[in-house]
Amino acid sequence: MIETQDLSKQFHDFMAVDGVNLSVQSGQILALLGQNGAGKTTTVRMLTALLQPSRGWARVAGYDVVKNGHDVRASVGVLTEQHGLYMRMTAIEYLDYFGQVYSLSPSARKTRSDNLLEYFGLAEAAHRRIGEYSKGMRQKLALARAMMHDPGVLLLDEPTSAMDPESARLVRDEISRLKSASRTIIICSHNLTEVEALADKIAIIYRGRVLLQGTLDELKSQVLGAPEYEVKFTEAWNSTGLELPKDVEMLSQTPTSLKVRVKRPEEMNPQILNALSSKSAPVMAFQEEARTLEQVYLKVMADAKGREHVQ
Amino acid sequence: MFSKLKLVWLVAGRELRDQFRDWRVLAPMLILTLCFPFLMNEFAKQTVDFLNQYNADLILERLVPFSIMIIGFFPITVSLIVALESFVGEKERGTIEPLLSAPLDDWQLYFGKLLVGVATPLLASYVSIGLYLFMASRQRLEMPPAPVMVQLFFLTTAHAFLMVSAAIVISVQSTSVKAANLLASFIVIPVAILMQGEAVMLFWGNEQVLWLAVAGVMIIALLLIRVGLAHFQREYLLGREIDVINLRWLWRTFWFNFRGGAGSVGFWYRNVLSAAFRRILPAVFFTVLIAGVSLWMGYDWIMVNTAETIALASPEDLQKMEERVRELPDLEAIRDSISAPFLFLNNTRAVAVIFLAGLVSFSVLGILLYMVNIGLIGGIFALLQLLGVQPWPIFLAGVVPHGIFEIPALMIGSAVALYFGAALVTPQTGKSMGEVIIELLADWAKIFIGVVVPLMAIAAVIEAYITPGLLLNVLGS
Repeated sequence: MIETQDLSKQFHDFMAVDGVNLSVQSGQILALLGQNGAGKTTTVRMLTALLQPSRGWARVAGYDVVKNGHDVRASVGVLTEQHGLYMRMTAIEYLDYFGQVYSLSPSARKTRSDNLLEYFGLAEAAHRRIGEYSKGMRQKLALARAMMHDPGVLLLDEPTSAMDPESARLVRDEISRLKSASRTIIICSHNLTEVEALADKIAIIYRGRVLLQGTLDELKSQVLGAPEYEVKFTEAWNSTGLELPKDVEMLSQTPTSLKVRVKRPEEMNPQILNALSSKSAPVMAFQEEARTLEQVYLKVMADAKGREHVQ
Repeated sequence: MFSKLKLVWLVAGRELRDQFRDWRVLAPMLILTLCFPFLMNEFAKQTVDFLNQYNADLILERLVPFSIMIIGFFPITVSLIVALESFVGEKERGTIEPLLSAPLDDWQLYFGKLLVGVATPLLASYVSIGLYLFMASRQRLEMPPAPVMVQLFFLTTAHAFLMVSAAIVISVQSTSVKAANLLASFIVIPVAILMQGEAVMLFWGNEQVLWLAVAGVMIIALLLIRVGLAHFQREYLLGREIDVINLRWLWRTFWFNFRGGAGSVGFWYRNVLSAAFRRILPAVFFTVLIAGVSLWMGYDWIMVNTAETIALASPEDLQKMEERVRELPDLEAIRDSISAPFLFLNNTRAVAVIFLAGLVSFSVLGILLYMVNIGLIGGIFALLQLLGVQPWPIFLAGVVPHGIFEIPALMIGSAVALYFGAALVTPQTGKSMGEVIIELLADWAKIFIGVVVPLMAIAAVIEAYITPGLLLNVLGS
């Protein structure tokens, strides 16, 4: 698991990360979202014991990042922004090299590298120089390196950014599998659809500070308010006399549809449907208005920039 | 321990394999290794023919060892390229982060890079020397004696370690390969000068001094390795992308450390300066010890060598020496030109020079200069004894009055130089090498301005206005 408290990093006069509190349990995926330079990479580097926090603390896989840097690094698999591949090596040599760095036995190295290369579709190119690889292949190999020692914690910076849809799907499946296998995972990504699909928790960072964090539903509810539902009718219907429950707010109304905001949908939605049914409303569809992480993210960013502008 | 060393070899091994796959590294190394001995051999042949015409036996005798030194050095120059880009090159190529994120200790990474920087060029160097010796033996050139061969072997090895250890320090501290290459001139120029000195020693045939050179070069190489390790920070390697000269930051950091938050001179003396003084206290203790040793060495050297010279001197030589002593300027006559400002400037300059010499040599040269200064007192003491003059009255009248201030000032000034070198090779967590140097400079400035300068000023006044009178009284009696 990963836990941080008031984690901060200052470079001379520049506060790169300011008071970050995170908690990611085993079998959870946390996505760090933010603009370039928001402090995501600096946070990840502190979590890999590469940078020393200026303030606060962090524990990764049970180890303190300052006191037990070596143990932290041994327990973490990192996919860095730059993939860090040695171009003159072959993929098999590269994985074997890092397997040795992580003190794996020869047989474990062979099994792990064969399996990973096979899974990521690199087995055929295993004996080719990495310099000859495409961008996507390089990214997959870098990811394989991060997973080589089967770490308990994975810190992945843009894991699918250079991949074709098929490869990206493979990677997402693997990340989901690792989550099921109780790994603790942090993903830094600009791909919000991917984050929506994978992350259990999301933290939005702006200028080194976590502006917001929680599950996707929590974020949506905090930023965009209670969920909205649209009711569509098969024909024009007069809704005069329709009595909606107290916690339901009517947002708009047309002869063939109406839109409501519902605070506790699990409780209220059946009551809404009952009310419509009692008035013999010709309901064709009752569906939640799609609200994406992108909307949440853009709103949070716009608010943060707006506040900054006012100040 | 073996498993830990295995990781050092792992880091080095990968890079060695990479090197042997890069023709741009291999080609110059092969050319320098295989072709240069032929060139050198041809040069030696021509030189031998030329010198034979003039019976210049001594030069002939020294030609082969000199050639060996040069041949051994050329492949080593490649080590500079390999070592210079060891860390900063990986940083530029983006391969450093996975390596730094791996469970490798700093020393494992550092020695891995050191090993790869030294191994191939040194191997090439030995092969090159072997090839040259083979050719030279076939031409029946006189081979150097075994001790000289051993010396050349160590010298070549020491050169490689010196250059690689310095280059790795540069590589860790640089932000680009370009900057590292430019900074390499700070290695190339001193090593070129060093080699000229060694060549002179070789032709001179002073093997004892050459051994000292080997030891000196190895000590500097070890100190450089220690400095590199002390200031090896993963954070520094990753955290800095560009180098900018931030004069404002430099000045601010220096001033912050120099002033230490003091609002008045009294507070500064009581708190800031005293804290700096406490830091250098162990170094002061060592300089006092070194002073004792230097006094004894100066005294002993004069007693042994001068006594022998005087004993063996002919009456004519003694006559000449006496005449020269008479030619020395009269103390009364030069009294006016030795003014207090002159003495003050001269002495403070000496302390500053000791610090500067220490600054570029991890204190070694600074402390040597200090030893010479103190040793002189012991030497003069011995000389007076040899000349049959009672040294104590002269010493008490001519040295003690101003020496009470001047000698402690010299000791404290030299102690800061010693402290500087020691602090530089000591790991300082959370600080860059630049910050450490600025803080040390601030400490030196505090001690120099707050202690050395006032003591030297008092000493200069006494030396100019009181000591000559006392000395004349003693000499007159």
